[in-house]
Amino acid sequence: MRLIQETDFGTPASRSEKTVMLTIDGFEVTVPEGTSVMRASQEVGISVPKLCATDMVDAFGSCRLCVVEIEGRNGTPSSCTTPVADGMVVHTQTGKLKDIRRGVMELYISDHPLDCLTCAANGDCELQDMAGAVGLRDVRYGYEGDNHVVARNSDQPNMRWMPKDESNPYFTYDPSKCIVCSRCVRACEEVQGTFALTIEGRGFDSRVSPGMHEDFLSSECVSCGACVQACPTATLTEKSVIEIGQPEHSVVTTCAYCGVGCSFKAEMRGEELVRMVPYKDGKANRGHSCVKGRFAYGYANHQDRILNPMIRDTIDEPWREVSWDEALSFTTNKLKKLQKDHGKNSIGVITSSRCTNEETYLVQKLTRAVFGNNNTDTCARVCHSPTGYGLGQAFGTSAGTQDFDSVEHTDVVIVIGANPTDGHPVFGSRLKKRLREGAQLIVIDPRRIDLVRSPHIKAAHHLPLRPGTNVAVLTALAHVIVTEGLMDEAFIRERCDWDEFQDYAEFAADERHSPEATEQLTGVPAEELRKAARLFAKGGNGAIYYGLGITEHSQGSTAVMALANLAMMTGNIGRKGVGVNPLRGQNNVQGSCDMGSFPHELPGYRHVKLPEVRAIFESLWGVEIDSEPGLRIPNMLDAAVDGTFKGIYIQGEDILQSDPDTHHVAAGLAAMECVVVHDLFLNETANYAHVFLPGSTFLEKDGTFTNAERRINRVRKVMSPKNGYADWEITQLLANAMGGNWSYSHPSEIMAEIAATTPSFANVTYDLLEEKGSIQWPCNEAHPDGSPIMHVDGFVRGKGKFIVTEYVATDERTGPRFPLLLTTGRILSQYNVGAQTRRTANVAWHEEDRLEIHPHDAEQRGIRDGDFVRLASRAGETSLRALITDRVAPGVVYTTFHHPGTQANVITTDYSDWATNCPEYKVTAVQVTPSNGPTEWQVEYDAQAKQSRRIVHAEPAE
Amino acid sequence: MSPEKLARMANQITTFFHSKPHDEAVAGVADHISNFWEPRMRAQLFEKLAEGGEGLDPLVIEAKDQIRPVKQTA
Ligand code: SF4
Ligand code: SF4
Ligand code: SF4
Ligand code: FES
Repeated sequence: MRLIQETDFGTPASRSEKTVMLTIDGFEVTVPEGTSVMRASQEVGISVPKLCATDMVDAFGSCRLCVVEIEGRNGTPSSCTTPVADGMVVHTQTGKLKDIRRGVMELYISDHPLDCLTCAANGDCELQDMAGAVGLRDVRYGYEGDNHVVARNSDQPNMRWMPKDESNPYFTYDPSKCIVCSRCVRACEEVQGTFALTIEGRGFDSRVSPGMHEDFLSSECVSCGACVQACPTATLTEKSVIEIGQPEHSVVTTCAYCGVGCSFKAEMRGEELVRMVPYKDGKANRGHSCVKGRFAYGYANHQDRILNPMIRDTIDEPWREVSWDEALSFTTNKLKKLQKDHGKNSIGVITSSRCTNEETYLVQKLTRAVFGNNNTDTCARVCHSPTGYGLGQAFGTSAGTQDFDSVEHTDVVIVIGANPTDGHPVFGSRLKKRLREGAQLIVIDPRRIDLVRSPHIKAAHHLPLRPGTNVAVLTALAHVIVTEGLMDEAFIRERCDWDEFQDYAEFAADERHSPEATEQLTGVPAEELRKAARLFAKGGNGAIYYGLGITEHSQGSTAVMALANLAMMTGNIGRKGVGVNPLRGQNNVQGSCDMGSFPHELPGYRHVKLPEVRAIFESLWGVEIDSEPGLRIPNMLDAAVDGTFKGIYIQGEDILQSDPDTHHVAAGLAAMECVVVHDLFLNETANYAHVFLPGSTFLEKDGTFTNAERRINRVRKVMSPKNGYADWEITQLLANAMGGNWSYSHPSEIMAEIAATTPSFANVTYDLLEEKGSIQWPCNEAHPDGSPIMHVDGFVRGKGKFIVTEYVATDERTGPRFPLLLTTGRILSQYNVGAQTRRTANVAWHEEDRLEIHPHDAEQRGIRDGDFVRLASRAGETSLRALITDRVAPGVVYTTFHHPGTQANVITTDYSDWATNCPEYKVTAVQVTPSNGPTEWQVEYDAQAKQSRRIVHAEPAE
Repeated sequence: MSPEKLARMANQITTFFHSKPHDEAVAGVADHISNFWEPRMRAQLFEKLAEGGEGLDPLVIEAKDQIRPVKQTA
């Protein structure tokens, strides 16, 4: 193992297809037109000295260290800003160049502290490297003159000196070491797109400054770390590096937070993680990341993490730490007895969208092969199950159609029910980059999300619809396209069922779907909607990106079909720059769906009723598989309350906090006799558990995650599991204790079983992943290298299917008692139920959930910013503090659900999507009133949670 | 589960299929319930239908004979 050093080519790659030939130091080089001389040199292995250039940002040409001589041209141009030309003859090392470079370095070093031995960047400093590269041997100037290095100059305070800024929890800014190369500023602009940094002052006075001379934490900075990565010196440095020292080896792995699935190098010292650095070859993130993936891994060592198995007979007893053997036999006895007394269908499992594909596969196999039923479900039920159903119906496959690179070719983007800059930050940055290059944006969201207006970005149209009216708005868009004749008839005739389209067109053209007719209902101005429809239909490559704001509705599946209709009627499927793209919440939502987590489907989305599919697994597993669909999560809870569902094994999910209608979930869990929670922490669900099996983090195991682009990425073990076992091993232990007879010795063997049984994974192996880095399924005989874009020559189902999407108002309506509509979302620094991020320094940005309310609604109720308010729906009530903002429309309130104290899901109801039972999180009728603090329920809940988390530690063995 | 919730879930499905031609709609409802409802839920639905199907959309009542029957489990 070694430290992976990626080559820095100095400037970004050119995308030109035309090539140019030149000679550099006697070597002939052929590169794409538009490549810089610096990059061309690096291509043949010649590293021209450089400081202000790095290939993550465009060249700037300020340090003059990279000068070269070009035959037939005057002077010494900078190689980073000089493009190659045919027949050019370049010299990178001449007497003249050496003198210039030494002079440049001498000036830099004369205003730089010489404490290299104790500097955190020692061993990883480009200034140091360059001093060595140019042969700098002495510096004629001292610190007596003007400098930024010392705090005091002969008794006088040095006005140029600035103290370190340590406000950001993860990195420091030490201005005394800054060489003002502006790489950080450009990284923040070009890569992250936040524009938080500027160069303040001119000439010798210039300084890097977050915002208007603020500290990092109070500035606009979102702590993505791109600037830290770009900085060639110790000026911007990870605190972990300062604390630990430089890493000595690294391993490429995948972020375990969101569905973007960023690739990282985990840089290590022994088994200690020094830092995470986004991997340039990572095809989802291309070397970028967000604050969560790069910095928020501290939860792995948090004191709350449970490392020993625990059991108890009833949930009012304290936990007892026991050995693995005892925990497993306790569990097995209970589960077997339940099946004996209440039938084999009385127990089931919940798989995790945070665990690996291999682990998920084993959990569903546990219920199907060992428990003998199909009672398996996953948290995708509560987020993207409508995507599976809707896209499956329309296109024939339950997945997004594009890769993330596709956004680079998009001309018009619809973002609906998603907030990429918070929820999918790296995709958000990539999208913003494309928008700055000129692509147009249509935002359809009740809230004015950041994308609507942020530095250098402005949406062409924002349609602020009333929560719950997605289908009406989407059908109105279709109405405009159909009635104004903007559809792509050739595409529809060739690729879709023409008769079905005719039916659909007739439906959409009906006057009652016109923007004018629906304006009252949706709150979207008709004229604005018409313009948006025209832009999308005729603006070039059109791509749709959507999130939970589409799926988590009683018409979630219908809305997904409506999106598919829009894409098909405008011919936006099957090539780069277009498509229908679900932005998945959790890291492995796609994978957990692919792996057969749903109760009606075996891996690969094949219904359990199909004998030929069951036969594949039956012959391999040597058991009979039930042909009946199993229970979905809400059904399990209902059955538990009815007394027919008694036991459950939950891997890496916290349904009590993440699922709607907390009271109902609590009642269901309380009614069960054996709840087994397998997780890192005593989560909220564990308050109702009888067995706790400690889990491992993504750093402690091997496996794969599949991101929102269907990309299978490797997760690699970088340290031993602190709890003793990787999660797949724990499931195997449980299966074997129940009589499963499994013998996997490595996750690659599980993947081999997946490939052998699931056609879209047929060619996937760990060897192939090693070779290619990552693979997008389908990967089989027809697509041996995987499939970046789907439905290229035809839809998976044959002809694309237009489906009539009648708008039906949700049963959840406002009235005199509950006059406001609550919708929920998430923010950048926290992740889902927050179990991980709340246990990191990310709390610096979001220490509590707040209720966003429009000034008008707040005033009516006498609510001031920061006041505690009571939030009530017909399901329950909670309290939290108000945040007054016009980002939400009058009549709409908004909150996140990252903190258990808030219990936002006490409020949400048990209404759900008609097709998939995906809960209607995004619309709840509520009332907001001033309050003094936590509600009775919050106080009670808190007491119960404390009571339930007591642990009696085992005596250490003699 | 409460009879009201069961009826609401069934009726929500029919709402989607109402915009289809009649026969297709009946088959669609029956298929959907057969494919996604666990036997316990279907059993409860059949019970309700046997009692006359009060509160259920007519499409569910018509779909009755096409919904996958529930095998008595041993
Ligand atoms: S951490 Fe990211 S957002 Fe903050 S200043 Fe650096 S590049 Fe900009
Ligand atoms: S902070 Fe680092 S990257 Fe930014 S200007 Fe200074 S030396 Fe360059
Ligand atoms: S949370 Fe998402 S965007 Fe952030 S680093 Fe992880 S995968 Fe990338
Ligand atoms: S690296 Fe080219 S001018 Fe700085």
